[in-house]
Amino acid sequence: MEPTLFRSRRERKLGEHIAVRLEGVTKRFGDHKAVEDVNLEVRDGEFFSLLGPSGCGKTTLLRMIAGFETPDEGRVIIGGKDMTQVPPYLRPVNTVFQNYALFPHMTVEQNIAFGLRMKKMPRDEIARRVQWALELINLPGYEKRRPDQMSGGQRQRIALARALVNEPEVLLLDEPLSALDLKLRQELRVDLMNLQERLGITFIFVTHDQEEALVMSDRIAVMNKGRIEQLGPTEEIYELPQTAFVARFIGDSNLIPAQAIEPRKVKTALGEFVLDDEDALTPGQEVLLSIRPEKIRLFRERPNLPNVFRARVDDIIYTGSENQYVLVAGGQRLMCETLNHDIQEPGHEEFAYDEEVWVALTPEKLVVIQGGSEGSDPYA
Amino acid sequence: MREAATPWERLRQVLVTVGPGGLWLVLFVLIPTLVMLVASLMSRGSLGQLVPPLGLHNYVRFFSDPLFIEIIGRSLWIGFWSTVLIMLLGYPLAFYIAQSRYKEVLLLLVVIPFFTNFLIRVYAWIVVFQKEGLLNGLITAFGLPPAELLPSTFAVYVATVYTYLPFFVLPLYAAVERIDWSQLEAAYDLGARPIRAFWEAIFPQTVPGLFAGFLLVFIPAVGTFVIADLLGGGKVTLVGNLIQLQFGSAQNWAFGSAVSMVLMAMVLLGLWLYARTQGEKGLDKLV
Repeated sequence: MEPTLFRSRRERKLGEHIAVRLEGVTKRFGDHKAVEDVNLEVRDGEFFSLLGPSGCGKTTLLRMIAGFETPDEGRVIIGGKDMTQVPPYLRPVNTVFQNYALFPHMTVEQNIAFGLRMKKMPRDEIARRVQWALELINLPGYEKRRPDQMSGGQRQRIALARALVNEPEVLLLDEPLSALDLKLRQELRVDLMNLQERLGITFIFVTHDQEEALVMSDRIAVMNKGRIEQLGPTEEIYELPQTAFVARFIGDSNLIPAQAIEPRKVKTALGEFVLDDEDALTPGQEVLLSIRPEKIRLFRERPNLPNVFRARVDDIIYTGSENQYVLVAGGQRLMCETLNHDIQEPGHEEFAYDEEVWVALTPEKLVVIQGGSEGSDPYA
Repeated sequence: MREAATPWERLRQVLVTVGPGGLWLVLFVLIPTLVMLVASLMSRGSLGQLVPPLGLHNYVRFFSDPLFIEIIGRSLWIGFWSTVLIMLLGYPLAFYIAQSRYKEVLLLLVVIPFFTNFLIRVYAWIVVFQKEGLLNGLITAFGLPPAELLPSTFAVYVATVYTYLPFFVLPLYAAVERIDWSQLEAAYDLGARPIRAFWEAIFPQTVPGLFAGFLLVFIPAVGTFVIADLLGGGKVTLVGNLIQLQFGSAQNWAFGSAVSMVLMAMVLLGLWLYARTQGEKGLDKLV
């Protein structure tokens, strides 16, 4: 697949039709609720990701869409039809499995042709489509190889071809890149995005890798303990986390406990901050403020900005492209990232260990998380 | 670069690497087989000892007597059908064990009969089948007349299936245990209904185990003589009984060796045919 440049995912036009709709889907294994009351709609042609830590129920949810599991409650609607009780072999979806699940006793060609053969398609039509699929994944000439003669990345692409050759309405991908090394994973991300855009097939992509989800998806559903914590366009998930879990799981985040003293003013251990929030708070309400490390600004001289306080540089982590500062103020640690672009001007200075700096939290960048609790730790 | 090895060094290298295995094969396979081959070409002396003249007379005798042909035919027949019965029982059993939560316990149950002597296990079947035995006790309890179960071909079949079932289940279990079950889901996902999915995605992967199990069961089942002796009485004579008779009371080692060679040749012929139909890889896979 030739590399092409990408339009930002969020500029893409999505279909009006609903490809998959889940209504109040619940699945229990014994006493354990794997998936609890999940409602969501995936639009036609969308690249939709289910993101969450292991054990959050994302794979179970995908398996219910594929038909390998039947929900205890709720309905699975695919292409407008209720498919809750329909077995997997009658659903217009195909799956790319985490371990690929290629048939070891069949050649690449036979693997890809399997689905078409089950549909009793004529031989020459099968041969034509298999060729098309092999070219699609850029592996022509590999027809007679067996899966054990191929690399992990090649096997992954064959699994993809084996599914896509059936022209499914929805392609389900269960952590398809997790078994590959970083470099290959990054390449295949681009390949997958290209493919999805070219074919216009709806992708539902399960991953625990937040970067993968952010790069590839139109929309993301963040899952935790069988429930959807937040569902929205990729940018919204990052910029406006609604729960402490989402703020922590997607990227890094500084969470500051705060108490409202006015509708747009809070009191914290770092001082009083003004907010620029749509919804006003009731005084006395406990909330969490979330701010991304790259959105914190540092100054040597006191700037003429709102929400300014003093902090000490406790640690400096040099990552090449960035300087990460660990700041301590009011008994709390804050992470701050600045680009390493060697410009010494206010807001872009470099600082030394133990230096006392001025920190500014721009009101628009402070996200208020209602509820006030710390939330559950995704890495606990 | 390494210097070329002297002939002496090379001989030493060969001896150290393939030497022990080769010695084992020569001592325990090649020499005994040759001894038997030579014996089969000799004649019976007046005291039962092996004497010249050498010749094919033992083989001529075997193949010209319809009774002997019948015996080997019956052995192959009973051996074959016992093996088929074992496969029908053992195939689902291997799958059942492989996916069970208690597979360790079930495997142990399969192996436990080996803790007891084979002969004693065959005698145990006499207890079951004899006139006043357990099975007849059950039959008469239902008000039916007792059955004449001993000696009978039926009893031979039951004991053969019982004895050799583990030899089939264990290699097949090893093949089944390695199967990645997500392949079955992949087959469903690609539109195969359950039976088709099993047949296309899983069954072909069990074929090597199936053949290994078949051979492990068929070869001893054809050659068995204890089971036929104890449970078949005078009614069922198998090739194993014939060989035993020749080496035992008939005191004709030469003829006994010839019959053994015929049996071995038939088994090798079967293997060769299998290798031919399966191609070069067939035997490799099997072993």
